[in-house]
Amino acid sequence: MMPVLNFGIHHQVFIPAVPPDWPGGFWWHWLFFTVVIIAFVLTMVMGAIYIERRGMGRMQSRLGPNRTGPFGLLQPVADAIKVLLKENIVPVKADKLVHWLAPVVAFAPALMLFAVIPFQDGALLADLNIGILYIVAISSVSTVGIFMAGWASSNKYSLLGAMRNVAAIVSYEMPLVLAIVGVVLIAGSLSLNRIVIAQDIPFILLQPLGFFLFFAAGCAEINRSPFDLMEADSEIVAGFHTEYSGMKFAMFYLVEYAEAIAIAAIITTLFLGGWRGPLLPPWLWFVTKVMAVFFTMVWTRTTLPRIRIDQLMALAWKFLLPLAVINLIITAIQVLASWPDTLPWTLVMIIVNFTILAVLVLLWSKFFFRLGWGRIEV
Amino acid sequence: MALKTEPFVLNMGPVHPSTHGVFRMRTTLDGEVVVDIEPIFGYLHRGVEKLAEQRTYTGIIPLTDRLDYISSMNNNLAYCLAVEKLAGIKVPERAEYLRVIMAELQRIAAFLIAVGAFLNDCGAFFTPFMYMFREREKIVDLLEMVSGQRLTYNYIRVGGVSQDIPEEFLPALRTFVAQMPGFIDEYDRLLMQNEILLARAKGVGILTREQAINCAASGPVLRASGVKWDIRQADPYSIYDRFEFDIPTGTVGDCYDRYRVRVAEMRQSLRIIQQAMTQLPPGPVKAAVPHLIRPPVGEAYAHLEAPKGELGFYLVSDNSIAPYRCHIRPPSLINLTALRDMVRGWKVADLIVIFGSIDITVGEIDR
Amino acid sequence: MKFERYGIGIVKGLMVTIMHLLRHPTVSQYPEQRLNTSRRIRGNEFIWDQVKCTGCGTCTKACPQGAIEIVTSTSQEENKYTVDKYQIDTGYCIQCGLCVEACPYEALYLGYAYECAKYQRGELVQTKEMMLESPLRKASGYFSPKRAAKLPKQTLLLERITEKK
Repeated sequence: MMPVLNFGIHHQVFIPAVPPDWPGGFWWHWLFFTVVIIAFVLTMVMGAIYIERRGMGRMQSRLGPNRTGPFGLLQPVADAIKVLLKENIVPVKADKLVHWLAPVVAFAPALMLFAVIPFQDGALLADLNIGILYIVAISSVSTVGIFMAGWASSNKYSLLGAMRNVAAIVSYEMPLVLAIVGVVLIAGSLSLNRIVIAQDIPFILLQPLGFFLFFAAGCAEINRSPFDLMEADSEIVAGFHTEYSGMKFAMFYLVEYAEAIAIAAIITTLFLGGWRGPLLPPWLWFVTKVMAVFFTMVWTRTTLPRIRIDQLMALAWKFLLPLAVINLIITAIQVLASWPDTLPWTLVMIIVNFTILAVLVLLWSKFFFRLGWGRIEV
Repeated sequence: MALKTEPFVLNMGPVHPSTHGVFRMRTTLDGEVVVDIEPIFGYLHRGVEKLAEQRTYTGIIPLTDRLDYISSMNNNLAYCLAVEKLAGIKVPERAEYLRVIMAELQRIAAFLIAVGAFLNDCGAFFTPFMYMFREREKIVDLLEMVSGQRLTYNYIRVGGVSQDIPEEFLPALRTFVAQMPGFIDEYDRLLMQNEILLARAKGVGILTREQAINCAASGPVLRASGVKWDIRQADPYSIYDRFEFDIPTGTVGDCYDRYRVRVAEMRQSLRIIQQAMTQLPPGPVKAAVPHLIRPPVGEAYAHLEAPKGELGFYLVSDNSIAPYRCHIRPPSLINLTALRDMVRGWKVADLIVIFGSIDITVGEIDR
Repeated sequence: MKFERYGIGIVKGLMVTIMHLLRHPTVSQYPEQRLNTSRRIRGNEFIWDQVKCTGCGTCTKACPQGAIEIVTSTSQEENKYTVDKYQIDTGYCIQCGLCVEACPYEALYLGYAYECAKYQRGELVQTKEMMLESPLRKASGYFSPKRAAKLPKQTLLLERITEKK
């Protein structure tokens, strides 16, 4: 089978939001996928917690949870039960309403992200033709919830964590979006389903730099290590959720993993070919790829130290953003040049792209990207 | 127009994940920047110096275990050196060698914790800490085999050590000494050249040579600032003048240098153990010392190179069975005086890293 | 061109952690899998030998915590002390082992057991009837090489981990 590239092909076909052959029309579709998405997110979060705790345990030369159920598989359930039965403590000086509302505000967007992610061909809640735009818009909303939590707790650690979070997200949105634009240029569509269909070879091969930037920015966006300084346990105790307990803490915990799963799903969809793959059913490919991406996040979390807030900012503005712009320009040139999409040319393209990645990252870190020592005279 | 901001006070500790015990830092922050810091301690005060005045000279040894509880052997040794100086007791040859082996094993264990906790403070999520605890566990196993306890060894006695080593000790020690360099290499591979760690620790919290000397810092904190001062060579106690080892020093005096000096010292400690192991003579392990020691009237100060710096015991005797006065010079406390100079102007995150790089034990600060 | 500052350090670290995924974990599963403790373990119990003890009270003087209480009476015809009361409050005891070292007649030992948590503080006080040696209450080899030789060999983490580097 020859891989086919869709450089510059414009999809003129209008895709309706509802599959026309769906029985019962719009509402059944809506109900079905809402249930599926909630079940999927909860299950995946449990799987993610299990993978994180066991994988991290093994990487740290210990076993990880293994007492609840076979191989400790029920540990996430036990965690959930434990945390739900805990007392709900609200600080006296807290802004009660905001304190209560914050986890909900943070949780809803994490769930809403999955509305446009295709589980297999056409199987998604809403095949928006602006799917990517929707994701970019929605993913920032949970920041509001996190800042509400930090503000309402009337705790200085929470406030510090929340401020770090807002600063980070505002900066990291830009390289994130610019990295997406490269993919959109190649696929020629903003719809996630279309992007997956366009990936006859995964875009990670055509957009290695874009993948790298997206992964780094995505990790920063969802507070995964090494950018987890919003809840840096060794510095500001637990960041914005220091004063949360019980059910509300569980919500934040859920948000953290739901967002990680969401970013993994978006990476899968944009760069790893989504649900496409041989032999196995499409949804299984999707889940496998999501978990693989998540495992990479666990792996980096296990290994890397945390970076500092000014270094985080410097990385976003001086490293990721310029590289993202350069990546965008290079991709635009490649798309405009209408490279022939036969196999040998594709291979050349892949090699060229990886070379660009290596050269750019090396050059940039050698000549342009300097971290200050960070001391301020007081 | 300059934006007017107001500094605020943040109490870090006494209950905080990375204050290494119950230590409190009253920090004044301007946003993320540390404007001022006031260390407040005393949450773990047990009155060890006063308690010592009511106990027999032998009965104080278990108390010294609980000073810097992660390097008990060195504390025991420092105290016993002071009593021996006071009472003029000669220690048998074999006991001296055993003391050196134990003290160096303990030093490696303490550095493993220091480095692990430092890297954990940098944000490496418990991985280096777990790896280093694994190797520390091997050392603790060895020390448990000898002394019967895992933390408060109470092994070194006035005039020697409490008992001879069991016969299975030396083969196990040999295995350990052979294995350990490989594991230290592994730690180096894990994070020593990590770019993020370099960005976090290099150039951060510089303690210049002059500052370090002026505030009487000692141990790895002093040596990282470029001062070649190790009491094992500057004023050899026990039998340290018989061994060959280097004193690793830093150049800049930043957190990264302190980290590197500690790792390098582990290798030197292994060298000392290697030499002591081969030279270990047979013979008695304890001099004939009465149960209740009554040293002549006088005073004595003995110091040694503990993992954290110069640990000193000052004893005054009035010819009774208990010291008239016992004063302890804790290295952690004196090293901590440099903290304020080091952290001013850095970020909160750096405060934790710098604090972790000093490597304190609160049990020793508060006594 | 040296690549030290351009990501090689991160890659090296990542390799170390991923290699640990393939290694055996170092931990042991405590209640099911018990490792042998040191032969010289200073356990929470005391073993007291009724025959050997002469009631001299050296252990009481040696104890830095004052946890040992001994009351003796003289019996004129046998020309020796009889121990009326001998009890150790293990709540005060810090397991330093100085009493065992001080005993001139080898009549006091520390116990080999280490799981001696109690629900009440009063239960921590061990009287002389409780301190007798029995198969359930083994004495540790602390300060007595003869007893140490009979105890099982200590499990060392050093020996359990075969792979390295």
